[in-house]
This record gives sequence, structure tokens and C-alpha cells, in this order.
Amino acid sequence: MSSLAVDKVDPAVGAAPGAAQGPPLRRRVALVPTLTLLLGAVYCLLPVAWVVIAATKSGSELFSTFTFLPGTGFTENLSDLNAYREGIYWQWMGNSALYAGLGALLSTAVSAISGYALAIYRFRGRETVFNVLMAGVLMPPVILAIPQYLLLAKVDLADTYWSVLLPLILSPYGVYLSRIYAAAAVPGDVVEAGRMDGAGEWRIFTRVALPMMVPGLVTVFLFQFVAVWNNFLLPYIMLSDDEKFPITLGLFTLLEQGANTPALYTLVITGALLAVIPLIALFLVIQRFWSLDLLSGAVKS
Amino acid sequence: MTSARRRSYGVKGAPYAFLVPSTILFALFFALPIGYAVWLSLHKVQVKGLGLGADARREVWAGFENYAGALTDSEFVAGALRVLGYGAIVVPVMLGLALVLALMLDSEKVRLAPFTRLAIFLPYAIPGVVAALLWGFLYLPDVSPFSFVLQRLGLPQPDLLDGGGLYAALSNIAVWGGTGFNMIVIYTSLRAIPAEVYEAAKLDGATPLQIALRIKIPMVAPSLVLTFFFSIIATLQVFSEPTTLKPLTNSVSTTWSPLMKVYQDAFGKGDIHAAAAGAVIIAVATLVLSFGFLRAANSRSKQEEAR
Repeated sequence: MSSLAVDKVDPAVGAAPGAAQGPPLRRRVALVPTLTLLLGAVYCLLPVAWVVIAATKSGSELFSTFTFLPGTGFTENLSDLNAYREGIYWQWMGNSALYAGLGALLSTAVSAISGYALAIYRFRGRETVFNVLMAGVLMPPVILAIPQYLLLAKVDLADTYWSVLLPLILSPYGVYLSRIYAAAAVPGDVVEAGRMDGAGEWRIFTRVALPMMVPGLVTVFLFQFVAVWNNFLLPYIMLSDDEKFPITLGLFTLLEQGANTPALYTLVITGALLAVIPLIALFLVIQRFWSLDLLSGAVKS
Repeated sequence: MTSARRRSYGVKGAPYAFLVPSTILFALFFALPIGYAVWLSLHKVQVKGLGLGADARREVWAGFENYAGALTDSEFVAGALRVLGYGAIVVPVMLGLALVLALMLDSEKVRLAPFTRLAIFLPYAIPGVVAALLWGFLYLPDVSPFSFVLQRLGLPQPDLLDGGGLYAALSNIAVWGGTGFNMIVIYTSLRAIPAEVYEAAKLDGATPLQIALRIKIPMVAPSLVLTFFFSIIATLQVFSEPTTLKPLTNSVSTTWSPLMKVYQDAFGKGDIHAAAAGAVIIAVATLVLSFGFLRAANSRSKQEEAR
């Protein structure tokens, strides 16, 4: 069960002194925490609410009407966005889906097999391999991205889909989570029983261990999906052909052009709204699967 | 197929075979680029004559020349100071907020917790570029609801995209984007504390505030240390937010953060050797600062244990 859906049951309700008057304590609301959390929620939702409203405004309304007053231009903005450079916006969305979807899938596969190997087997060099892989998580992306670009340029892979996909497949964090999850979810005697039955190691991994690891791997996949979808630095360095841009880079170039032609601002805003919808939807649908306990387990150990 | 594989590596060989993909990827996309960056940073291009012809441009050993160049470059140093100032705002504010909100979520009889938890976590799903873009528009005086309200009240409207306001503007974007994630990490470790731990304190009449300060915060200290550690690393790498605000204001230069300066060196000026030295310096500084923090935190907790 993910912690996002857990609620505390308090057995001590009603036992505190001073509870004699007023409604039973169970019904009382802790005002300070509730209000603080509501304030936090308002702060976090404010820009999202703004973009929803701003996307309905026409170019002239954007700078002339009150910020949170809905406008009349939403359909027009949408068709403008569709028409912009023959619908390149949707190409960017498709690219992002490809980078994030395929990238996260490959990343999860590599994390699963590496994490499983590191968790289940005892072998020479295990901790060394693990520590070296983990050092990768500490490497600032900058020291990687520029030489990655130069090296990929040498083998003619810069400015291709591969240049954004390949560097992100190995996720040290994903390996870390997979190892922890495999150690917790795959019992050693199950693996041993598989061997007794004459199954090979590969077969034990794919048929026995992998199904047990699925909940943890969903988490790894989602983290990696969000990480790739939100990445800006790598595609910014790697790509120059805007047909291959992911949505983050596409919106950025649109905004950059908007500095000279403010008419593009409405496109940027409508584009930003449509770009966050898939992620928010994904987020709402899958938040119950997110194993955040796993995350904090990772933090603790 | 399966039996053939099994014969080929068996139980002993299996872990090595399973680790082949990650090892190859690590070598190609981590070790090699880092090695190449270090190599580049220690070399420079020497131009013979007019720089024409096949052999005119050669890479020669430069020693620490590129490093000296970067460290004495006023733009680079100014950028580093800006980012340190920015980090000094972002990290404490973001994690302070995350801790307070996590404690509130964990308190008794709180209402609407599932909704607020989700709302506060939501910015995690929004790319930094889009976050900077949304806030950037909200800072523009013509669009901003804050300016609108201040104007109606006849109060002066601070320009958030200029001077000192820019730090607040950029910090706000990072705090907005990062608080929810850190709140969830802290909250999850709060939930892991068994209830019996509080029972005795409650019977002794401790207030929720006392329980939070004396019991809860010390017990989640390890996750606080780790969220600090990762926040320092992320903050010093700031790139996409100031880059995104650049088209909206003239006060973000192309070299606002050290990372933007490195990008300029590499792709604006085409000096990959200087860029590599800059990147190595940022990486080393980040690691020194984050690990320095980790050590300080650890030695302090050891002292406390000894007491």
C-alpha cells in the first residue's frame, strides 16, 4: 500500500483532558495543521490554476484582463497551436513520449536485472560493482552531458534520437531501488527451489523473480519516466534539429521566439497546459501504485 | 536455450552475465565521458600559423592552465557566488517547508490530508522548464495577479525579474518544484515511527509541538540529512530555470549560473577545453560541499549519541 493512501487511526481519541466540553474530539479538526496544509496546497496549485485560465485567453486578453478571469480564446489558441509549423507541437509531444516511455522501459529492464544480480548472488566484487555504479548517482549531469555530446558526435550519433535515449538508460538510482526491492521481495529459498527443479538462472529470474519484483519495478519505471520527460539539459545539448525536440525543449524555443513576437505567448501558454496534462493524469491514476515506502526505505538504509 | 545458457555460465557466472548491460552502459556513458572531460580540461588547442591546413590545429598539454583560467574568470566566479547565494536560500527554505508540512500531515485529526498531500506533491510532475515558464509569466508585471492587487491597493510593485528580486523569483521556482517530493520522503519516514514511541510522552502530557521537536524530528534526522545532501547537489547544478527565464527578462545573463557559463564556453565560444575545466570544477565543488555537509552531519550525530 502506498503511503499516499494511508490514514492514521488514532486509538487515543477522546482520552485527552479538556475533552468534556464541545463536540467529541474525534470530530474536532486540528486547525493549525489543516490550514497550513491548505495554504501549501493553494501555493502549489496556483500556477497550475493560472495556466488553465490563461490558456483560455486570446492574445489581447492576456495582457489586459485580470489574471484569473477566464478569456474567450481557448479554441482559437488550440487551433493556432495545431497550425504552428504544421503541428510540430504534437511531434514534440510524441518525441517526449518516445524518449520517456522507451527510455524508462529500457532503464527499468537494466535496473531489474542488475538489482536482482546484486541482491541475490554472493560473488567476488559485488560491493565494488555496486559502489562504482552508485558513484554515478553523485555525478553532476554537467560533467557527463558535454563530453557525452562530444563523444557521440565522434561516432555521428549527436543530434539523433539515440543521443537522448542512450545516456539515460543506466539509472544508478533505479539499480539501487531494484536491489533493495529484490532483496525484500524475492526469498532466497524460492530461488533455491527453482534450481532444485532444474531451472536455469535466466529462467529463474524471468519466470520466478521478475513477477515478484513488479511493484518495485513500477516505481522505478515511473521515477525514470518523470526524470526523462522533465529532462532539459541533455536534449538541449544534444539536439539541434527541432523535429527531434522533446516537449520541454520545444516549449523553450517557442518562448525564446516569443520574446520577439509576443503573439507566440498564447501558444506557449496553451502548449504548457497541454504538456502538463499527460503527466498530471498519469500522476493521478498511478499515485496509488507508487511505492513511496520503498523510497523512504532507500533513504533510510 | 535455457540449458545452454546454464551450462555456459552456471550459478557462478550468472551474476557477472546479468551485470553486463549495466557495466557496459556505465563504461560508455559515465566512466568514458568523465575521463574524456578530465583529459580535455588538461589540454588546449594550439594553432600553427594561420590555422589553415590539416595539421594546423593540434591539441597539446595545457596542465592546469584551463583551471587557472576558469578560476580567475570574473564571470565564472560571479556565477558561482550567485548560485551559492541562491542555494543558501533554496535548500533551507525548501527543506524547512517540507519538514513542517510533513509534520502537519502526520499530526492527529488533520483534515483533507490526502488532498493536500497530493496537491503539494503535484509540482514534482511538472518539468522545471514548464515551472519556470509558468512562474515567469506570473512575475511579469502585466500578467501578475500580485502586481494587480498591489496596484489596486496603491502599493509599490517590486520587479521580481530584476536585481535582488530575481533571487527570490528563482528560489521560489525551485522551492515550489521541490518541496512536495521532499515532504513525501520525510513524511514516509515519519510514518515508519511506531506509535508506542509517542505513547509515553503523551501520557506525560507532552504537547504535539514538544513531541514533534523532541521525538519526531530527531527520529527522521537521517532522511533530513539525505534530502539535504541531494538538494545541495541539485541546487548547484541549476540550469533550466534561469535559462527559461532569460527570454522574459534582460537581467538573467547567459552566464548567470556556472553551468550556463560552461554551456556558453562549449557551444557559444566553441572552447571545449575551457568548458571541460569548468565542468570538472563544478563537479568537484559540488561533491566537496555535499560530502562536507554529510560529514559534518554525521560527526554531529555521533557527538549527540556520545552525550
